[in-house]
Amino acid sequence: MEQILFYILAGTTLVAALLTVNTAKIYRAVVYLLIALLGIAGIYFQMNYDFMGAVQLSVYAGGVMVLLVYVVMLTEKVGEPIRRIAPFRRAIAGITVLLLMGLALFAIWKFDFQTLGNDSPVTVEQVGKAMLSYERNGFVLPFEVISVLLLAVMIGAIVIAKSKIQKNTDQ
Amino acid sequence: MIEGVSIQVILTFTTVLFFIGLYGFLTRTHLIGILISLELMLNSEAINFVAVNKYLHPEFLQGAVFSLFILALAAAETALALAIILQVYRRTGSVDVKEVKELKY
Repeated sequence: MEQILFYILAGTTLVAALLTVNTAKIYRAVVYLLIALLGIAGIYFQMNYDFMGAVQLSVYAGGVMVLLVYVVMLTEKVGEPIRRIAPFRRAIAGITVLLLMGLALFAIWKFDFQTLGNDSPVTVEQVGKAMLSYERNGFVLPFEVISVLLLAVMIGAIVIAKSKIQKNTDQ
Repeated sequence: MIEGVSIQVILTFTTVLFFIGLYGFLTRTHLIGILISLELMLNSEAINFVAVNKYLHPEFLQGAVFSLFILALAAAETALALAIILQVYRRTGSVDVKEVKELKY
């Protein structure tokens, strides 16, 4: 049952991802990305890491998606196909990507993984305690760095999006 | 871990997802399209972190916590990139990479 569900989720995600990179309309790409993100959240729930799945749903499927939809609507005439590169160049990119993917998959299937997983869920309590602990295996430093980074990004986004610019007239 | 699914299968899934994102990154010329491909790549990495943590070292929390950090970074990067895209659009009237020849102020 778990297995079938995983294959359904993974298949949906991969098909949605393929459509995301191949569709000619940018708004559709955003919607397909939403489907892919929902499938990934399902896989987190399956791996017994509920907190990550919830964060994925709220941050990605909620926040980032709203931002993307807004910017697409502000910058693009919805429904019009976007410019794409020539099919020949796309084929070259596809072949390169396939070669690299084959190499990576070869390495993965050749490596001898020592699986010793147990099925205990990662609880919110564990994650929260680990993030605020400053002892061994604690993550308080990266946590603080991320906090400062988020503040900087917030100020930066406001400044960049608000700043007025005069149109270049010399072109 | 997921019952009946080995780590190789999960890593195969994330690898394929990553390279789909890479293909989009190489072939798109639309700035938002490039950003979307980047999101796919970052997501596949976050799954990798969680899967390796769950299957190989279930006694630690490194992968679980760092996948959260990756998510925070990705959200921050998206917000900043979209602000820049909006400004590029105001300046050039288009969001195609061909129009963005200079980043000079």
